[in-house]
Amino acid sequence: MKEKYKNSKWQEVINWAQKRSLFMLHYCTGCGAIELPPTMTSRYDMSRFGIGPAATPRQADILIITGYLSTKTLRRVIYTYEQMQDPKYVLGFGSCTINGGMYWDSYNTVKQLDKYLPVDLYIAGCMPRPEAILEGFLELKNKIEVGDADGYKRYKTDYEYYKSNQENVLGEVKRRQ
Amino acid sequence: MIITFLQFILIAVFAMALGLLFIGLAKKTVARTQKRIGPPFYQPYLDVLKLFGKDAITHGFIFDFGSIMAFGGMIATLFFVPIADIYLYSMSGTLILVIYLMAVAYLGMAMATVGSGNPLASVGISRALTQMLGYEIPFIVVLLTLIYNSQTSSIVGLIEAQQGGFLNWNLVNIPLGTIVAFIALLGLMGKKPFDAPIAPSEIASGPVVEHGGKYLGFMMLQHAVAIVVETALFVNLFLGGAQNILIFILKMLIVWLLATLIGSIYPRFKVEEGVLFYWKWPLITALVQAVIIIF
Repeated sequence: MKEKYKNSKWQEVINWAQKRSLFMLHYCTGCGAIELPPTMTSRYDMSRFGIGPAATPRQADILIITGYLSTKTLRRVIYTYEQMQDPKYVLGFGSCTINGGMYWDSYNTVKQLDKYLPVDLYIAGCMPRPEAILEGFLELKNKIEVGDADGYKRYKTDYEYYKSNQENVLGEVKRRQ
Repeated sequence: MIITFLQFILIAVFAMALGLLFIGLAKKTVARTQKRIGPPFYQPYLDVLKLFGKDAITHGFIFDFGSIMAFGGMIATLFFVPIADIYLYSMSGTLILVIYLMAVAYLGMAMATVGSGNPLASVGISRALTQMLGYEIPFIVVLLTLIYNSQTSSIVGLIEAQQGGFLNWNLVNIPLGTIVAFIALLGLMGKKPFDAPIAPSEIASGPVVEHGGKYLGFMMLQHAVAIVVETALFVNLFLGGAQNILIFILKMLIVWLLATLIGSIYPRFKVEEGVLFYWKWPLITALVQAVIIIF
């Protein structure tokens, strides 16, 4: 959207639509992915809240990091995140994204996701059940309405911080834009 | 001049709104068949609004041009299809023109695909064009049967030939042809047994892989208009059209929901299986119907 329309009445309309229509990227890293199919299908049905799956990063609004993240996967997650279009949100899912969880002393697992990507919301648990996931999505909707879910803005302003952390653990990340 | 221009705008906006409503109702129907509650019926409007508010990156001039061509091609097709008693053109040959113009949208999509340079998109569009080869042959045979039967190739003429009650509809006069055309309609709209071109879990939504933001919004609007064009064409050709716009929309809705229900219970054909299927049973049935009508 053009700069001159941002922070106008039009932006409020867009925010209103944005929080009711969230496309979630099909990208699953750890064991948490197993909790998403029940959330999507008949039992818990998250499409009631306007949340649906999207096939590619270009179409998606939410990137869910489901569980532990090995350093090898982190590189792909960064590529994926940078291909997504603003506004975009990252959901940390399970204890592994908060402090490493059961992988707290692993040599090739990312302990704190927040160092490498701006996380908007954590869902704690190992694993969080579908009820907890829905609760998290509703909380994210509230944050979007208030304007609190500003991770994609932080990624731009604090880019040096994120980039240096990424390079510390990966050596380098080639940007393909 | 101004009046004509306004008519164009109004018809286009009306078709987009109606198409999005149809998509929403279809989502709700599929959800109910799976014992889900499903998204609200106005979900597609919110999706499109959100997509136009998102950032989007382009992949070059060809990508932009292809996206606009896909959208514009479908809108252009819309102007030749009568909706109830509203029509802009009634000259002979509109039926054949509509079939040609529908391909423009697909070619536009193919251009956008080339511009984006994504291999999955290429796979998707090649599947779409292959499948088009499949459903168009039986569909054209049925249309030629219709044209021979009513001795006119204008859509308005075909509607007039079916006036005067239920028994004059082509549904009753040409029953086998109607079934074939309905199966072709499933492929035309990309409904479930024939949705190999957009298979989300295999080729990541096919031709729209690289579309984000407003480009995806345009594709959704294009899909909405395509649904209106195709169901309206079916209603005009086989269900006798309608004088009243509400009855016309009701007929369109019946056709669309029937296609949705079929789509919600059948799994997907592979693309070559789909084409072979079209060339086998629907084509044979269409030819039998043509022979019955001619002799």
